[in-house]
Amino acid sequence: MTKTLMKGNIALCEGAIAAGCQAYFGYPITPQNEVPAHMSKRMVELGRVFLQAESELAAVNMVLGASTTGARAMTSSSSPGISLKQEGISYLVGCELPALIVNVQRGGPGLGNIAGSQADYFQATKGGGHGDYRMIVLAPYSVQEMYDFAYQAFDLAEKYRNPVMILADGVVGQMMEPMDLGTQKTESRGQTKKDWVLDGCKNREPRCVRSLLMGDGDLEAHNWDLKKKYDAITKAEVRCETQGLDDAEIILVAFGISARVAKAAMRQARQAGIKVGVIRPITLWPFPEQIIADAARAGRKFLVTEMNLGQMVEDVRLAVNGKCPVEFYGRPGGGLVDQEEMLKKIKEIR
Amino acid sequence: MKKIFGKPESLKPAPHLYCPGCGHGIIHRLVAEVIDELGVREKTVAVAPVGCAVFAYDYFNFDVTEAPHGRPPAAATGIKRVLPDRVVFTYQGDGDLAAIGTAETVHAANRGENITIIFVNNANYGMTGGQMAPTTIIGQKTATTPFGRDPKRDGYPLHMCELLSSLEGVAYLERVAVYNPKNVINAKRAIKKAFQNQISGKGFSLVEVVSQCPVDWGMTPHDAIRWVEEVLVKNYPLGVYKDK
Repeated sequence: MTKTLMKGNIALCEGAIAAGCQAYFGYPITPQNEVPAHMSKRMVELGRVFLQAESELAAVNMVLGASTTGARAMTSSSSPGISLKQEGISYLVGCELPALIVNVQRGGPGLGNIAGSQADYFQATKGGGHGDYRMIVLAPYSVQEMYDFAYQAFDLAEKYRNPVMILADGVVGQMMEPMDLGTQKTESRGQTKKDWVLDGCKNREPRCVRSLLMGDGDLEAHNWDLKKKYDAITKAEVRCETQGLDDAEIILVAFGISARVAKAAMRQARQAGIKVGVIRPITLWPFPEQIIADAARAGRKFLVTEMNLGQMVEDVRLAVNGKCPVEFYGRPGGGLVDQEEMLKKIKEIR
Repeated sequence: MKKIFGKPESLKPAPHLYCPGCGHGIIHRLVAEVIDELGVREKTVAVAPVGCAVFAYDYFNFDVTEAPHGRPPAAATGIKRVLPDRVVFTYQGDGDLAAIGTAETVHAANRGENITIIFVNNANYGMTGGQMAPTTIIGQKTATTPFGRDPKRDGYPLHMCELLSSLEGVAYLERVAVYNPKNVINAKRAIKKAFQNQISGKGFSLVEVVSQCPVDWGMTPHDAIRWVEEVLVKNYPLGVYKDK
């Protein structure tokens, strides 16, 4: 196993390329600028499509167009740009089109700052755009996972004909660490045969990809069909990592880069004789609510830590359902959660 | 008996549900005839807008998708870049192309995207009940300019062919109308050229069709046709604006 020293944003590009991504459309915004820059070279070298769009709106709608042809297409941005992409994401879901959307989160609201943040949890997991919809959300916490999840996202998106979001953050995007390019099959997969693509109606009936359903009852039926899909995703695609739950008296719940800090805090706490466990949701939707519910036993306490004012903590509370106290430690505005502060909070609530 | 006139293959047998006297029926037919004549029905992918022509997929007998309001040129770019040998066109109204989608229009044009755009200018928002469009002329009464369009409050009409003609990436721009048979025949010639340009790789081609919207204008179909001839095309002069 040869390790390569790589930056998170570059690993993300290479994962998507290895998965056979055929088209990338993007727009510059910090802290994800390495993505369009790297793709502008690599995709062109590979004879694939790269285009710098005039806006985030245009980029996501270029993805929509490319996806109607069955091509593996993606776009990336950071928080303010992802707000603009919500229109397209809602249409992608309504049209049942696969795509990869990457959010390398920065601080908000508004223009915020360019530091890593986790403030878009609500936007990513609760809809974001208009209408009643869900999207698989993967939260990488290492450079390796930037690569792996970008690779896996296209399969997930195509399996369910639904966009998939990688919800990264500026820290994971910018940091460099050794990673293994051999974890996934590295040949380009290209597109599998799909019976819905628009590529000209040669030897078949014309097709239509749309989200407007004006006929009486049509939209409700469509939404119930989407619900079946969301139920299937919820059943099959929950991903979560747990550590030290067996004897834990305090369980830290964290995703993305915060989970790296939580794991370090757990080790430090255990050295000090405090039994701490960690639950790291990897899919933020579907949310690992059963794993959290099962861990919510009498006498335990939960500490949720996020780089925001408290967003995932609401889902943890729903899963815990009053069986244990759920505390929160977070930092908004682009500040990394601190291991010492976490430990202090652990001692405080113990 | 020999059949000498019928529906083009590129139109489905579905009856049009556009308003009486609306120009969309004529323009749909012209596009369908051109696609038949060029023999590209089986390699065409169209992008429908938001607006009256959103229902284009009910009428066109080839692959059609729809884009969010104003985004058809971006969606068409995505399709064409992945499938450069297909014939890709958008069919858009004035609100879609010249208001909410101005950026997508200008940048697709400036990139010289090898796509065709059929731009229907009927000087108001038809689908939503006749509000002011970017192409509404000075003094024209609409649902949101009840006293007539006043440039002090509402700004001036946008002339898209004139505006786009300065862009390097644009291959072909022509403004036509469909208020009488002579103009319908001329409109078909322009639409055909815009598709031929794409097939021969010439780049971005747009045909603006000045059209009638009698119901939202509060006119009879006959009066609407007369208003196009006597008023609207005076504000939007017909002709070729660019032919590279």
